Amino acid sequence: MRSWGGLPEQPQREVHAYWREDVLPLMAEAGLACGAGRSYGDCGLAANGVLLNTQQLNRFINFDDESGVLHCESGVTLDDILRHLVPRGWILPVLPGTRFVTVGGAIANDVHGKNHHRRGSFGCHVLELEILRSDGELVCCSADSHSDWFQASIAGLGLTGIILSAKLQLMPLSGGRLLAETVRFDRLDEFFALSVESEQNYEYTVAWVDCLAQGTGLGRGHYIRANHTVGVLDYPASTSGLSVPFYPPFSPVNRWTLKLFNTLYYQRQQARLRCSEIPLHSYFFPLDGIANWNRLYGRRGFRQFQCVVPLDTASYSIGDLLACTAAAGEGSLLAVLKTFGAVESPGWLSFPRPGATLALDFPWRGASTQRLLGELEAVVVAAGGALYPAKDAHMSLAGFQQAYPLWEKFQSFRDPALSSLMAQRLMPADNASEVSA
Amino acid sequence: MTGILVIGACSAMATETARLYAQQGASIFLAARNEERLAALTADLQVRGAERVGSAVFEALEYDQHSGLVQTAREFLGDIDVVLVAHGSLGEQTESAASFVLTRQEFEINALSVMSLLSHVVPLLRERSAGSIAVISSVAGDRGRQSNYVYGAAKGALSIYLQGLRNELASVGVSVLTVKPGFVDTPMTAHIAKGSLWASPEDIARGIVRGIERGQDVLYLPWFWRYIMWIIRMIPERLFKRLSL
Repeated sequence: MRSWGGLPEQPQREVHAYWREDVLPLMAEAGLACGAGRSYGDCGLAANGVLLNTQQLNRFINFDDESGVLHCESGVTLDDILRHLVPRGWILPVLPGTRFVTVGGAIANDVHGKNHHRRGSFGCHVLELEILRSDGELVCCSADSHSDWFQASIAGLGLTGIILSAKLQLMPLSGGRLLAETVRFDRLDEFFALSVESEQNYEYTVAWVDCLAQGTGLGRGHYIRANHTVGVLDYPASTSGLSVPFYPPFSPVNRWTLKLFNTLYYQRQQARLRCSEIPLHSYFFPLDGIANWNRLYGRRGFRQFQCVVPLDTASYSIGDLLACTAAAGEGSLLAVLKTFGAVESPGWLSFPRPGATLALDFPWRGASTQRLLGELEAVVVAAGGALYPAKDAHMSLAGFQQAYPLWEKFQSFRDPALSSLMAQRLMPADNASEVSA
Repeated sequence: MTGILVIGACSAMATETARLYAQQGASIFLAARNEERLAALTADLQVRGAERVGSAVFEALEYDQHSGLVQTAREFLGDIDVVLVAHGSLGEQTESAASFVLTRQEFEINALSVMSLLSHVVPLLRERSAGSIAVISSVAGDRGRQSNYVYGAAKGALSIYLQGLRNELASVGVSVLTVKPGFVDTPMTAHIAKGSLWASPEDIARGIVRGIERGQDVLYLPWFWRYIMWIIRMIPERLFKRLSL
């Protein structure tokens, strides 16, 4: 198993749990739970190199049609939930950019979606968690009972124990499609104006930015906002069938194709506003249409960068980040920009917080990419922002500890048998021993 | 409304097949060894849309309980439309061959217990002149090889039994499907390193449901195993005996 971004060079070994009673014996050997393997960086990689794959713990336990409360094992994917419950009029209140992640992974990374301004993060809709510790203790926690365990485990990066099951509050759904409006904008401040205007009346908002445009075009892009329709509840079973079957010998993603793609993508809509009715998945999960799209970056893989910066200075910091990227001659196929709202997650190490969030991905070119990631982090740290652990493999210890001040409190809830490469990097149990190691 | 009896229900291929039937709104009766796992699977199938789900604990080698199990399933389902038999055991070849006790156990689990179950199921389907029997056999039963001939011989016996049964029931409109999966990534094969020929239990399950719908006879899953096994069967014995397969 390698991370979605292609880390580490040597794939990690996996052991599989098929039933819940398999988990405890496997914890003697495995050093971290692993779901669908969709985390980009090193937060989903075991420090000891052995992962406990929970994808077969994929059973539903109960669904209450009256209250919309779903109880399921942690390896159930969001796709599985949508496939069964959208036709019955329920939807997950928070959907990240791919539906192929597991519930356990969505909780451990406290993922967010395009409606953060209204619903907060995934963790805001978790009612109860069942966590197995390596000493055999089973911790059942919620906002009211063992709430410290609950707050440590949501966004806990899988380090507090292995999540066996979760109860989730779903949201009633009026129709199986979305009414989407795409607004073309030419400058960054237009994006912020559109955000203020749209968040009042739209459930979902997100923007794509042309990260290679410089000068007068800096910060141009498309703002896409949407609401649910009222009507038929359907969820198309199959996908496009497109797939990247193997790693191409040369990655087709390079400076020139990125420039071309970004320009064409921006120019494809000439009108300022376009409306369309689209299926859920094409709005929420555009990249899921191409299986294994990460292979487009070749064997060397790629790095994601996602940050959040405070809103009052966001237009400067986001402008700086885009300028930095463009100046480095690096580009991103998809640069995603959106604002987060004030709904607070229970998770101590939760990433989303009020501000503007920017996500970029870069083909991995070694030192030059590393340098750029360092420059981008410096902009974020100076602005008082945070980087997103689920997508990171490079953030600095100082940057992490500034952005996640509760990390020290979190340490005492960690399971001694579990550690990720990220935790080793950013949350050493004992700084001294880490140095000598 | 379809009634499905699944034996060995907690095996990965059977679970995935039951899930597909649940999604179609079928009524399902599950039989398996472990009560807790049965309960977990029952709840799962209910959320996935099954009309009703019943279950009973079942031990393959308790032959005298087979009749009761089939009766209970029939009472629960009303009519049994589809029977899927999926339990099995993949013993370690060298150990199985060295011990007659283990050889007999492989035969009992993989062949005799299935024959016992079918002896109780067949009269019900014959009486109605309708229904489908699907049994998971194996490509290992197509030719004896040194790497797994005890398991292979038991599955081979099963395949021939099913062939005869199919011949007998063809005239009364009951179909018999012999499923021959190749390498499938399940708990039974968890200890084996996986290559590109391996299929997921979901893929196999989709094949089984389609095979039952179409009334197919012998189904290799995934499809390419039909050709691999054809080649393996065609190799002359004088040459075959020298190969390390």
